[in-house]
Amino acid sequence: MNSDITWEALAEDALLLRFGETIDPATNARVHAARRQVQARWPDIECVPAYASLLLRFDPAQWSGSSPHRQLHDAVRTLLDDTSESNDIGREVIVPVLYGGEFGPDLADVARHAGMSEHEAIARHGAGTYRVAMLGFAPGFPYLLGLDPMLAMPRRADPRLSVAAGSVAIGGLQTGIYPQTLPGGWQLIGRTPLSLFALRDASPSLLQPGDRVRFRAIEQREYEQLAITGQR
Amino acid sequence: MSVTVLKPGLLSSVQDGGRREYAALGVGRAGAIDGPAWRLANALVGNSGDEAALEFTLMGPTLRFAQPAVIAMTGASTDAHADQHALPGWTCCLLPAGSVLRLGGMRQGCRGYLAVRGGFTSPVVLGSRSTDLHARMGAFGGRALQEGDVLTIGEHEPWPSQRSIDMPRALRWSIDPRPWFDAMPRPLALLRGHHYDQLDAASQRQLFEATFTISKDSNRTASRLDSHRLALREPLELISEATLPGTMQLPPSGQPIVLQAEAPVTGGYPRIGQLAAVDLPRLAQRRPGDAVCFRETSLDESLQRLAQRQERLQRLLLRIAQRLESA
Repeated sequence: MNSDITWEALAEDALLLRFGETIDPATNARVHAARRQVQARWPDIECVPAYASLLLRFDPAQWSGSSPHRQLHDAVRTLLDDTSESNDIGREVIVPVLYGGEFGPDLADVARHAGMSEHEAIARHGAGTYRVAMLGFAPGFPYLLGLDPMLAMPRRADPRLSVAAGSVAIGGLQTGIYPQTLPGGWQLIGRTPLSLFALRDASPSLLQPGDRVRFRAIEQREYEQLAITGQR
Repeated sequence: MSVTVLKPGLLSSVQDGGRREYAALGVGRAGAIDGPAWRLANALVGNSGDEAALEFTLMGPTLRFAQPAVIAMTGASTDAHADQHALPGWTCCLLPAGSVLRLGGMRQGCRGYLAVRGGFTSPVVLGSRSTDLHARMGAFGGRALQEGDVLTIGEHEPWPSQRSIDMPRALRWSIDPRPWFDAMPRPLALLRGHHYDQLDAASQRQLFEATFTISKDSNRTASRLDSHRLALREPLELISEATLPGTMQLPPSGQPIVLQAEAPVTGGYPRIGQLAAVDLPRLAQRRPGDAVCFRETSLDESLQRLAQRQERLQRLLLRIAQRLESA
């Protein structure tokens, strides 16, 4: 089943494995399964997962011979063929969100765009199970797959110079959470009081690649309590 | 042990070998943009290797050393004076307490390194002291040095007889910078990227035949190339995947950019090339307005050149350690 994996030598110390050419949950699940297996077998190789590809940064001197990239690729393919892993491993993280109001200034636009009430838009966003496809753009920014297609909405024509940390947003068919205050063009529908990224060496990011995420709608009062305790 | 920043220079920051193992969380490596120059500066002061040094750009900082210090400067050839004494680069220099070190303009190159014995000891953030200006991570909250900043230096053995230094001076030997620094610009080796074939025929030729210039908008994230715009045969809609230092991207503007030390970990622009790792520091040393052209290389050749550079660097590091020992 891994015969469709293509590979590319991206740099002297980097091998890119491609599992497909589209953004879809099944392809992304294969990326994360492969990442876990490679990481377990070769802890020194740094893995960078994306939607449909996995980058391996390795020491070419350790894979000596005429073609270190081919050797590593062959070894990874053998590893993936020999081990079967369910694609549905990964933690589930519940993210509380205060939807709408001043924290979700674009919720009304998103609901109008979808032809539904704000209440229904919140219900649909909260009903989904999402997968952290990859992190990027800024430290700890999760690109989440699994948005209800009804809620998809293009990015804003004029991006905001400052989007508050914790903002939950929709960009096209994706949803994500701003870990810090950043410029950004996604549609803001709510905000979480959780800290997504903190400079702790052990686990700086609340969300890891491959994690499943569910949102839970909360009220102002709970938002304030959680914000004070700084819990994550 | 402290060093006060009297003038910050144009863009000076604390850098080490960079932040590894957090790319999957969206955290880039950052770190010294000219790795070998940074590594050699550390070696010249007797550091073990991965200590943080200062990287400065085009115009260096002015610093006051409260205590005696052992320093070395590498990278771009920079006018350096401690009090009234001119100091050379690519060697080990000794400063008495109270010295004011003035790093001025650069005769050649764009990025210089100042290492101190003991290293600069700003807090370690996710395994590195490197400043990530974009993610605001590292020394001083992830920003460039400012006037009045105080840097601290790590514990180290005072060597050689530091306390008896009464005026700034350099050791009598230095290393040859030529293998590590291009005085005569030459073509940089570039691997074809995944989307090279998507360039139109004229752009495919231009990439390896035209002379580009370094844009003034270049920074630690990317070197931007002016003078020629390249075009794809038709627009591509790509899904984001990993990017690296050295990746040459073509955004819709048609201006090629080569990612540098602060490369974002992922990107969605067409990837038309990958600069050979050995030539990435050479590109980083080109100044805004400098010419740059590319020649095509193969993965085999670039792997070989990288292995040769590592070997040469290791030999030199050993020789430096031996000379310092006998100094």
